[in-house]
Amino acid sequence: MNLIPLFIAVPLGVAFILALLGKFKEVVSDLLAALCTLSLAILSFVLIGQLKTHGIFVYTVGKWTPPWGINLVLDGLSLLMLIIINTVAFLVIIYSVSYMKKFTAKSRYYALFLLMLAGMNGVVLTGDFFNLFVFSEIAAISSYALVAFGVEAEELEASFKYMVMGSIASILILFSVGLLYGLTGSLNMADVGRMIQGRRNVLLSFSMTLFLAGFGLKAAVIPFHAWLPDAHPSAPAPISAMLSGVLIKALGVYALMRIFFNVFGMGLQLYWTFMILGCVSMIGGGLLALRQEDLKRLLAYSSISQIGYIILGLGCGNYWGIMGALFHLLNHASFKSLLFLNSGAVEYSTGTRKLEKMGGLSKVMPVTGATSTIASLSISGIPPFNGFWSKLFIIIGLIQAGHFVLAVITILASVLTLAYYLRMQRYAFFGELKEGLEKIKEAPFLMGFSVIVLAIICLGVGILFYPVMKIVLEPAVEVLQEGIRYSSLVLGG
Amino acid sequence: MKGMTIIVKTITKFLSPLIILFGVYIVLHGHLTPGGGFPGGVMIASCFILLTLAYGKEIAYKKLKRSTSSVIESLGVLIFLILALLGIFVGGYFFLNFLPLGHPLKIISAGIIPLCYIGVGLEVAGAIFAVFLALVLFKAGEEKEKPQ
Repeated sequence: MNLIPLFIAVPLGVAFILALLGKFKEVVSDLLAALCTLSLAILSFVLIGQLKTHGIFVYTVGKWTPPWGINLVLDGLSLLMLIIINTVAFLVIIYSVSYMKKFTAKSRYYALFLLMLAGMNGVVLTGDFFNLFVFSEIAAISSYALVAFGVEAEELEASFKYMVMGSIASILILFSVGLLYGLTGSLNMADVGRMIQGRRNVLLSFSMTLFLAGFGLKAAVIPFHAWLPDAHPSAPAPISAMLSGVLIKALGVYALMRIFFNVFGMGLQLYWTFMILGCVSMIGGGLLALRQEDLKRLLAYSSISQIGYIILGLGCGNYWGIMGALFHLLNHASFKSLLFLNSGAVEYSTGTRKLEKMGGLSKVMPVTGATSTIASLSISGIPPFNGFWSKLFIIIGLIQAGHFVLAVITILASVLTLAYYLRMQRYAFFGELKEGLEKIKEAPFLMGFSVIVLAIICLGVGILFYPVMKIVLEPAVEVLQEGIRYSSLVLGG
Repeated sequence: MKGMTIIVKTITKFLSPLIILFGVYIVLHGHLTPGGGFPGGVMIASCFILLTLAYGKEIAYKKLKRSTSSVIESLGVLIFLILALLGIFVGGYFFLNFLPLGHPLKIISAGIIPLCYIGVGLEVAGAIFAVFLALVLFKAGEEKEKPQ
């Protein structure tokens, strides 16, 4: 268990070593980045067994005990996020080996990527408010640079917009952390949670609102979503997969969960806020996705819609709702990164992102066609794929909590999802092969490899949903259901 | 950029060693007096910025290239990280202060903190000068395009 800081230290160190080795051959940086992410992914799976035997683990940085020093906390929720982040990161790195060949300065790309990875791992591990802010800034700033990696006008514009919105979010978060520090005199999450228990005043509510807006901006929940449809499509495909599949969850949804469930404690108003925000983004994102002509833009709007599901499930507050939300978080990471990687493969081979210029691509790109069919079916919730179970759990949770109208809306939104994914499939992969597309080839082997692995994850998690639920998701649900007992668990006593 | 007048150049010649010296002093006394790695690093970087402004890019490049400043920056971070990781191997804790603490107000005291400050100072000096050079280069590119 003493290896937890390695999740932050290894990618950080490798990032700067890669920046130093910039002039060396590309193979060196490919290998280093792949090895680094592979080892982290394996380590995150090893920790499952450790967590089961030892329970919640608090790591004191520099041997300073919690209220004074920084602590890293590994519990079920953090572990779930670590597994998602590092597995997707490894597959994306494998994909980038081929995909990023057309860009120059690959080692810088890897350096920024690993910096982003270090930031995200830090966000999900830390138990300290200010540390959370710093790590989320590390991840966010490297993602601004990665969105602009192609340095075309469109990418720079999207990156600038993303940066402005992201900075506003950071200011709100920092202001809120400052308010909490003023109120309690502590920056440790568990310590703050213990001190504000039972206290309700205007400043505390204000700080909650700021957190909701700040992390809502990072999670791209609907009133705060404007940056996402620009930023995610403009980035290189592996980065879009990383941003949509992982970053908005680690920086946005995870932080919302941790702060509202474990530090402030959920109340009736907060549950309703979550449910309404979730419902609006679910429907709004779906409706906006319906009319998109750009493949990646469609996927970006769909991300907003799926984040809505997660927030809605969290707002339910009961076991099945939270289970569904966390399961959907895991599933969305698998199929949305798969879809974005596929869109990258399509762009790599055909050179376009416009749906109208594609058609019949399944015939010339069988792997991409088949895997994106799997992903589309998963995301629309067709059994036996994984999306079905998570949506089912969310609906069960809503019915158990007595929100029948919301349950019906969720089912309708799922139909909406099916509609726009069928449209995407129909335009891009089925039908007649367009003229001029006969000669294109399937994407290179390494790109195919990570896409196939993700498709297997989609199918495998769907079929083996019960063991996945018991081993990975249940401890995470427990953490959220324990609520503000988090502080006594971390601080002991 | 050709540089500025002879007055500025002469004063810069006398001042720049002093500025670097003061920056190094601030970095090395980070654990005793106000300041530390960041302010000291900024001062060291500002000395190179002053040289660039006074003498023009070409002369300053001979003293410190852009690639060199990037290397210094990465090295600074790595020094910091290695110190933090050594804590794990020596005492089992990340960022553990594993060196003897010594007596307060002595220059060699406070364990690894002065060493950390050296890493931070290198990082900040390299990074700020690299950022400055990036901005300068960008501007030069713009000016070239205008006459066409």
